Amino acid sequence: MDIANYIYLSALLFTIGAIGVVVRRNAIVVFMCVELMLNAANLAFVTFSRVHGNLSGQVASFFTMVVAACEVVVGLAIIVTIYRSRRSTSVDDASLLKR
Amino acid sequence: MTTSTNLVYLIALPLFSAGLLLLLGRIADKWGHIFATLVSASVFVIGVIEFFAMQGRDGEARAATQKLFEWISVGTFQVDASLLLDQLSICFVLLISGVGTLIHIYSIAYMSHDRDRRRFFAYLNLFIAAMLLLVLGDSYLNLYVGWEGVGLASYLLIGFWNQKPAYATAAKKAFVANRVGDVGLSLAIMIAFTQFGTVTFAGVKEGASGASAGALTAIGAMLLLAAAGKSAQFPLQSWLGDAMAGPTPVSALIHAATMVTAGVYLITRSNFIFDASPTAQLMVVIVGAVTLLFGAIIGTAKDDIKKALAASTMSQIGYMILATGLGPVGYAFAIMHLITHGFFKAGMFLGAGSVMHGMNDEVNMRRYGALGKVMPITAATFGLGYLAILGVPPFAGFYSKDKIIETAFNAGGVEGVLLGGATLFGAAITAFYMTRVMVLTFTGTKRWDENAHPHESPFLMWAPMAVLAVGSVTSGFLLNSGSALVNWLQPVVNENHEHHAEEFLPPLVVSAMALVVVAIGVAFAILKYRSVPVVAPESVSRFTKAARKDLYQDSFNEAVFMRPGQKLTAGLVNTDYKVIDGLVRMVGWILQVSASAIRNIQNGYVRSYALIMVLGVLALVTAVWMVTL
Repeated sequence: MDIANYIYLSALLFTIGAIGVVVRRNAIVVFMCVELMLNAANLAFVTFSRVHGNLSGQVASFFTMVVAACEVVVGLAIIVTIYRSRRSTSVDDASLLKR
Repeated sequence: MTTSTNLVYLIALPLFSAGLLLLLGRIADKWGHIFATLVSASVFVIGVIEFFAMQGRDGEARAATQKLFEWISVGTFQVDASLLLDQLSICFVLLISGVGTLIHIYSIAYMSHDRDRRRFFAYLNLFIAAMLLLVLGDSYLNLYVGWEGVGLASYLLIGFWNQKPAYATAAKKAFVANRVGDVGLSLAIMIAFTQFGTVTFAGVKEGASGASAGALTAIGAMLLLAAAGKSAQFPLQSWLGDAMAGPTPVSALIHAATMVTAGVYLITRSNFIFDASPTAQLMVVIVGAVTLLFGAIIGTAKDDIKKALAASTMSQIGYMILATGLGPVGYAFAIMHLITHGFFKAGMFLGAGSVMHGMNDEVNMRRYGALGKVMPITAATFGLGYLAILGVPPFAGFYSKDKIIETAFNAGGVEGVLLGGATLFGAAITAFYMTRVMVLTFTGTKRWDENAHPHESPFLMWAPMAVLAVGSVTSGFLLNSGSALVNWLQPVVNENHEHHAEEFLPPLVVSAMALVVVAIGVAFAILKYRSVPVVAPESVSRFTKAARKDLYQDSFNEAVFMRPGQKLTAGLVNTDYKVIDGLVRMVGWILQVSASAIRNIQNGYVRSYALIMVLGVLALVTAVWMVTL
């Protein structure tokens, strides 16, 4: 199988994730899209690790997973808190920062 | 040259006292005036001791110097803070501290009801210190420090009752007029430095012999401007009349006897420059002659007793300035008139203060009259000063003023006749206005305010007046006997023993002429002021109106300098506001407008931030891609 296909897949996944972050309002979905982007990056890391024949890329993908796990913990906690106080998970409702 | 270690105390003592009284504040209220008077008296004692020590030395060794510290040392520019006490400065030291002490004593009583008496005495001591520094400095730069110091003291004392806006304005006016003169002095110092590389009197004197006529004339003209500012000479004389806003002892000490004579000192001290530049001398003579007539004419129309005396001071200093412009022979006579004037004018000012003291601070002479009976001592001391300023023999003014008239006639040719005529005419007007003051104040009928209860002043006030009156009677004779002062000053001001080649008129004729014109002036005044209306008549000649308005000097200054100056400053302020500040405000405006445009990006929506981030990353990637391609 051509190695380039992995990169195409990774790019496709990243694009889907990015578009999802920008267009979707539901915070949970936005979150999932972010995860998708991270995993797209992971796929690219692993592919390049294979191409170059060393393990640096795979190590980096582990770091990404750790970061993603932490992010999920913190992010979900924030989303839950916001939902409790505002009865909504729409990211457009939480726009108080502009003031 | 002798070195001395005592000169510094002449300045340090009053300076210390002034600082102490100002710093201690109300704690010193009880004894401040006594302390200041004692300090002033001790300065006089030191001065007398130095005077006798100087007489004990002879010739070259008479002048004493003391180096205090190295003041400025930049490359080839060396200025030491050094003091120089020579035959000329000792005259001033004795006059300043002697008259100063008398006026301190007088002020104890005069200011006894003023809650700020301590501050007044602190300023008086500050003045004594600054004035002594002025006459003791051995370089133009040291003199300049004292010059500014007396200006400050004068400002503080004119505006002593600054709760009255008019008085504060008078102080400001004096300060500004003095600044104009000060610019002249600083320019003179700068020219002297560029020409001679030094600013000490000795150094400049050495350099002056080989300097170009143009440079000497420039220095002389600038020194004359400085003298005109400080000594209230034409065209900077307008401040002196308003300076009478200060307490009367101040008028007597600063604006009659000492500070206003600093210009005469400056020119006399710089004799080597003026002797080498006939043009500068001519300017000095013209300024002196114009001012002596100017002041005398103003004096004839003033109803305010202090302003009449101030105009007289202006006129008498005009005589001195005129004398200094007459070359080596004139300097000694200028100083002689300065000393005698210090006695009789200070005495008359104190007399005026005594009259005001008894008349509820009334200064309008039209409200006086017949005070001679209730204030006999004041009338007597004032009268002796009056005879002295008229030049009646054997009073002081006879010796000093006749010498100046004589020297003016001896200047030779048309100049001599013109100057002599001016001085004679001035003497006649002096006789007229001084008689007017005497008649309006001490004789005639009572024109008092109902509330006025005139009474003789206390001992502390009349004693100094009596001492000054004795000086008014004797000083001229003493200074003139055997040409004492002329010989004493001769090493400083007339090294080459110059005499006038020929006498235009014999001294006896000059004296007789002077006495005749004085008699005419007196007779005129007595006839004219037999009856005096309480309110100054309105329908008077154009001449009188002009004299009442100081010959339109204020109007002239206002029209030529003040109004255009105000327009100029207003224009500059406008330019500053519109152009300079306008640029700054435009920068702020641009930032504000662009910021409010860019601020719309910060809308608080997470998704739009994410979009911008994505676009940014895309742009970056594209840029990198374009570059590496």
